[in-house]
Amino acid sequence: MNHSISFTINGVRRDIALSDPRVTLLDLLREQLQLTGTKKGCDRGQCGACTILVNGRRINSCLALAASHDGADITTIEGVAHGHELHALQAAFIAHDALQCGFCTPGQIMSALGLISEGQAGCDAERIREGMSGNLCRCGAYAGITEAVLEVQKDLTGAEERRVA
Amino acid sequence: MKSFDYVRPASVADAITAASLPGSAYLAAGTNLIDLMKGGVSRPDRLVDVTRLPGLDRIEPLADGGVRIGALVRNADLAHDAAFAKTYPAVAEALLSGASAQLRNAATVGGNLLQRTRCAYFYDVAAACNRREPGSGCDARGGENRLHAVLGWSDACIATHPSDFCVPLVALNAVVEIEGKSGRREVRLEDLHRLPDQAPERETALEPGDLIVALKLPADARHFSGHARYLKVRERTSYAFAVVSAAACLNIARGKIAEVRIALGGVAAKPWRAREAEELLAGAALDAENFRRAAVAALAEAKPSGDNEFKIELARRIVVRALALAAAGKPERLPALPASPFSTQPGAFA
Repeated sequence: MNHSISFTINGVRRDIALSDPRVTLLDLLREQLQLTGTKKGCDRGQCGACTILVNGRRINSCLALAASHDGADITTIEGVAHGHELHALQAAFIAHDALQCGFCTPGQIMSALGLISEGQAGCDAERIREGMSGNLCRCGAYAGITEAVLEVQKDLTGAEERRVA
Repeated sequence: MKSFDYVRPASVADAITAASLPGSAYLAAGTNLIDLMKGGVSRPDRLVDVTRLPGLDRIEPLADGGVRIGALVRNADLAHDAAFAKTYPAVAEALLSGASAQLRNAATVGGNLLQRTRCAYFYDVAAACNRREPGSGCDARGGENRLHAVLGWSDACIATHPSDFCVPLVALNAVVEIEGKSGRREVRLEDLHRLPDQAPERETALEPGDLIVALKLPADARHFSGHARYLKVRERTSYAFAVVSAAACLNIARGKIAEVRIALGGVAAKPWRAREAEELLAGAALDAENFRRAAVAALAEAKPSGDNEFKIELARRIVVRALALAAAGKPERLPALPASPFSTQPGAFA
């Protein structure tokens, strides 16, 4: 089988020849497109290291067949910064020591982006922890991760309040 | 993963034709199926991708007061639909207590109903499992079985059904709409999943080619909007399957129980409706002693299938507590930790 599919990845349209329907979005990104920022941890939907945004929603790319997502708009960690300027979440992760080895960090940041756009957690630390529970961190940087997400959410909420006022 | 053919039909009729061929499996989000395929537990020859089938992604109110939920509605979208969550709070709470945000964003309503057991021996292709490989035996018997069934199990299989979502749905008399080779039919969700008996490999009432297209809640499921909760004990507070769970739905009139629905999760190969408990509570006063009697009735037939006798008393206590929470009403907003006994939401402790 040689299946032709296309995606918009980090704003760029890509036409791709898919040689095997078994290819997941994760393997497509890493092996075929050399976008290795998205990490393969468990490869079974348990650790969240492979989290990406598909049509604006965070999902586990390891459990998503590429063929099934033909036409999707995909954002990976490579598409988050503006040139050399870090995204607020990336800067907050550094400021709050929200990582040690860094392997889970791209997934954590993509998940946090999804969490913030879902708008369910707000500035409640417990709701942020619950909303981030699909991302494991074997170094145990959870406290810093929660603080980083909380800080960005507070800045956004403050900016929104100032705008409305 | 074994190689397979991939087809993406454009209509329900074409999907049914494709999936009627031996070795076919339907693919929706794949959050369970792809995992099973990676482990060699499921080995389909052909995946029939239903994710682009038109018209199956809507939540529609029905003229008779019920609601119809398309099989491709995502778990997160259903849980966060404000009108749905207000009317069926225990269903929304159950959905949000399951899996992770990433999985809920992908997983579909139809797929959730058909998820397979999480029994470790079912997942381990080196182990004997009658459900995966009929006649091979059951390594869960005499193995690590503290999380296994205490109701409705057989010598052939002691696995449990893992869904949270299905537990309040069974309590509310949900109905599954199925399209198949001989047309459309409806099956009560309570009859969709089968107990193992001597043929645990026969997991559901579905025939080859059958496609779940929608889930319906009947009009009277609205009677419980003000007093319905889902409570789930798990081995960590988030992102874990139930050890034991319960949905309790009350319709309270003049301080007494006019109607009650109770179902349990994590105790059997199907979501377990506790009708004996409901009968005891009909017309009864809202007090702890009555709740305890109902809980005892709910587990009257329970027996350990291994090192899991603790689940029987745990289930009784969860039934009592779910009833007490439901009696207190529903929270304005779901707790930060949905369905958790450790929730810090005011009113969570009965």
